[in-house]
Amino acid sequence: MKSSLKMALGLASAMVASTAVSNAAHAEDLTLCWAAWDPANALVELSKDFTKETGIGMKFEFVPWTNYADRFLNELNSHGKLCDLIIGDSQWIGGAAENGHYVKLNDFFDKEKISMDDFVPATVVGYSEWPKNTPNYWALPAMGDVVGWTYRKDWFSKPELQKEFKEKYGWDLGPPATFDQLKQIAEFFQKRQIDGKTVYGASIYTERGSEGITMGAMDVLYSYGFQYENPKKPYEMEGFVNSADSVKGLEFYKALYDCCTPPGASNSYMGEGVDAFKSGQVAMHMNFAFTWPGLQKDENVGGDKIGYFVNPKGPGGAQFAQLGGQGISVVSYSDKHESALKYIKWFANKDVQAKWWSLGGYSCLNAVVKDPKFPASQPYAQAFLDSMAIVKDFWAEPSYAPLLQASQKRFHDYVVAGQGSAKDALDGLVKDWTQVFQDDGKM
Amino acid sequence: MLNRTAENVARATPEPLARKVRGISDKGLAWLFISPTILLLLAINIFPLFWAIYLSFTNYRANRPNEVVKNLGFANYQRILGDQDIWIAMQTTAHFVFWTILLQTLIGFTLAWLIDRKFRGHAFWTTLILVPMMLSPAVVGNFWRFLYEPQIGLFSYVISFVSGIPPTSIQMLSNVSMAPWSIIIVDTWMWTPYVMLICLAGLRSIPEYIYEAAEVDRASNWRQFWSITLPMALPFIMLAVLFRGIENFKMFDMVNLLTGGGPGSTTEVASITLKRQAFESWRTGYSSAFAIILFVAVFGLANIYVKALNKVKQR
Repeated sequence: MKSSLKMALGLASAMVASTAVSNAAHAEDLTLCWAAWDPANALVELSKDFTKETGIGMKFEFVPWTNYADRFLNELNSHGKLCDLIIGDSQWIGGAAENGHYVKLNDFFDKEKISMDDFVPATVVGYSEWPKNTPNYWALPAMGDVVGWTYRKDWFSKPELQKEFKEKYGWDLGPPATFDQLKQIAEFFQKRQIDGKTVYGASIYTERGSEGITMGAMDVLYSYGFQYENPKKPYEMEGFVNSADSVKGLEFYKALYDCCTPPGASNSYMGEGVDAFKSGQVAMHMNFAFTWPGLQKDENVGGDKIGYFVNPKGPGGAQFAQLGGQGISVVSYSDKHESALKYIKWFANKDVQAKWWSLGGYSCLNAVVKDPKFPASQPYAQAFLDSMAIVKDFWAEPSYAPLLQASQKRFHDYVVAGQGSAKDALDGLVKDWTQVFQDDGKM
Repeated sequence: MLNRTAENVARATPEPLARKVRGISDKGLAWLFISPTILLLLAINIFPLFWAIYLSFTNYRANRPNEVVKNLGFANYQRILGDQDIWIAMQTTAHFVFWTILLQTLIGFTLAWLIDRKFRGHAFWTTLILVPMMLSPAVVGNFWRFLYEPQIGLFSYVISFVSGIPPTSIQMLSNVSMAPWSIIIVDTWMWTPYVMLICLAGLRSIPEYIYEAAEVDRASNWRQFWSITLPMALPFIMLAVLFRGIENFKMFDMVNLLTGGGPGSTTEVASITLKRQAFESWRTGYSSAFAIILFVAVFGLANIYVKALNKVKQR
């Protein structure tokens, strides 16, 4: 009896001890929050090296894009401890900095000799700084992304189509340099029979619910002359947001939607665009660069069949592209700041960044993207580099959400529903945005 | 056997506790049983309601927890009532409520009347008709989204087959004039069986002897329908209208799945606007005021309607 009791006690203590040891082993596990997409899978793979080096385990909380903002902004607003590290969208930076969600990284960068000069300038402004263009850093640029285009190289290179196109438009069918050329190509392919199938001109962003149509329309508007505000007087939008050039840009986007998109493409964003391209429906496809590695590997449309080009120039020769992508931040409500900072230090390392690119992530480190071998490293590398050199981003104000909702509504009402004119839409946008900034006490 | 068990339980119950339980009045015991529910109701329904009323007078934003909350008085309410977009959303809602109720009541009552004839196989048809109502709105929304798809959707194909219009031209969800109807069609498909069930209950509650008396008086079928069936089933029809009216006033899932409020803002009903203001623009105070306005509107209209319903029942 005594021996049984001893044995039971021994077993119980062993169980308690093993639980304690296991808890201790996992005490420093970090949870990284991000969107559920291909680059996130690459990050899981990459992070295994971090665990090997430091013994710190990595857990991941990935949420589909449709719920990404809702889920994680709720988490941050409620001061939740779920995420130790977060890869938050570029527009969140203002709100996250002002509401104390992110740890300010200046001291840490100074201590670890991480210089923001080592990163692509646009990504530092877009993903790390708040207020913009000031040396206040809240994130390390993590995933460079930008809107660009893919096209069906195999269709473009068909001799009969090349001949017909040249006769019709007077220039060689190839990646467009201007938006006018892009529209001509899209019109040329619209409802054309290729390999016995009806195909369409282009897939563009038209989604209403989150940010789709804004990201798409802005991609055109920037190059037509749209500006968010008077460069000399912040928040003065009259004559900038609704300038004559902006109106022309929005009219162009509607014309492109009306003439050259597949039927029913009134609510398309990243996923729908990829589907349209992969299923061989469209000749050209507007999307964020993160989709390119997946498309390149696709058996039906990838390999030699796909080509990439930078967002074309506007009528005045200006050329910009909508910035995507995110920075990685330490969540201020986490109890594991030290380990989280270790991860950031590790992630900023050149070799890690090089591996990040090779796995399908988009590095923002100059040492990686300015390496002479970089342009040849992937078929889309040059297009990515060129695109990143011309980026502009949406408002990163703490009130970015109502600002975004206003543009979503105004653009969709005009472009897709055909209500009112482009001028009405942009005048309405000035009114809405003015109201948001007045509510914020900034005007 | 049961008595013996009860005796055993009584014997095993500690005396002081038993005495205490026995000392409680019926009213006290009733409160004891109801109190958990009341507490839950207070925590989940009543407290949030009063909290929302409080927030509706402030500029509170859920994504700015550190910001000082200012009392705005009735400014949120004034802004909502003066906002043209809100009135458009209310008109869109009224359009949906009107057409869905009209179609569902007409078709639902007709189906109930036909089923009530008790023809051969009526039980099978009743079950079949009820199927859409048993599906989840998420399934129905996605299912119809595919049916409406202009390139591969069955709906477009059938309409094209009948009308000769190319299927790619039938863009139910993208077309400004068709999008509202595409939602009305789906809601009617899904919820007509519900109206039918209530109407069927009403028709089956009419005593047979009234029809027998009408037969003796040589009343025509139309006369019987107009003077007996319809008036006696009317309270049930009105009840179905009340339920569907309240449900459709706050319609969200179907619209969100099918069009998301688009194209443009053509199908943006009040609940979608409310969701956008509350959880996308994070105007918590403003959206609370909007929610209170909607609540008062539904509550007020439902009350007026219930009074009318009671009058009909008393006739």
